[in-house]
Amino acid sequence: MQIQLNGDARAFESEPTIGELIVSLGLAGRRIAVEVNEEIVPRSQHDATRLADGDRVEIVHAIGGG
Amino acid sequence: MSALHKELRRELLVDQPWQVAGREFTSRLLVGTGKYKDFDETATAIAASGAEIVTFAVRRTNLGQNVDEPNLLDAVSPERYTLLPNTAGCYTAKDAVRTCKLARELLDGHNLVKLEVLGDDNTLYPNVVETLKAADELVRDGFDVMVYTSDDPIVAKELEKLGCSAVMPLGSLIGSGHGLMNPHNLGLIIEHAEVPILVDAGIGTASDAALAMELGCDAVLMNSAIAHARQPVLMAGAMKKAVEAGREAFLAERMPRRQRAEASSPFAGRING
Repeated sequence: MQIQLNGDARAFESEPTIGELIVSLGLAGRRIAVEVNEEIVPRSQHDATRLADGDRVEIVHAIGGG
Repeated sequence: MSALHKELRRELLVDQPWQVAGREFTSRLLVGTGKYKDFDETATAIAASGAEIVTFAVRRTNLGQNVDEPNLLDAVSPERYTLLPNTAGCYTAKDAVRTCKLARELLDGHNLVKLEVLGDDNTLYPNVVETLKAADELVRDGFDVMVYTSDDPIVAKELEKLGCSAVMPLGSLIGSGHGLMNPHNLGLIIEHAEVPILVDAGIGTASDAALAMELGCDAVLMNSAIAHARQPVLMAGAMKKAVEAGREAFLAERMPRRQRAEASSPFAGRING
């Protein structure tokens, strides 16, 4: 299956949860926020939310700005 | 703030804390976190500015490279500062609302945001139609919205009526350093406001910040004026003093302007009299 992750296509053999995706990206414990198909997925739901083919996932963080 | 309220405040002779969205602050200088050389400089300059509210942007996380890179929120911690996530880079109400929701999730439910919806790349001027739309939606969703807008007194009032917690008209274009292009409009906005008014964008140097405060605005928000000074930490300190000086000058109420000179020394008793 394939998802759009921060605007780029990513293929997976199985369908990971958001929690698994975050771990695989090395982002576990980082201060991030996740949106799937333009809806926020709260941190408490990361492990319970499984991604599906075609999902559009955004992972964001804080950067310098005015 | 009503005229009576303003009068009472002036009689207190010393500055009082100001409030936005039920939170109280002493510093009337808010700063951004962009354009610094590194996070060390960011943290040092912000500390020198004395700011209590610090704004930042929300962007896609870099994936697959430098996952251990330092995080802005380690340098500017939520424990020390009141963080103000902004919607810089958003050109539609929809994107701005999405960004605010991501920021709220990022900061564990923190609901104070700086809304800015821009019109085009060239001017970064606020698109007030989209700004009004986004402000309405965000307020209904429980956000405390500090909103960047043009220096139009009617639009400022409309944003206040929608329930925004603070209205932040531009001094001049973002990052331009041109100072206050229309102090008269800013004065009109301040005069009729019932929520805090902050001058946001366009400040170039300390006298611009002082002038904004002398007009009677509640606070000033800046980023480039500090970060793009040759010595940002020194400028941060200068801005702190300028904002305090401007505030005290406003409270003190300046002397009237006169067409002719008026000697400060007495006329009587001159040796040539």
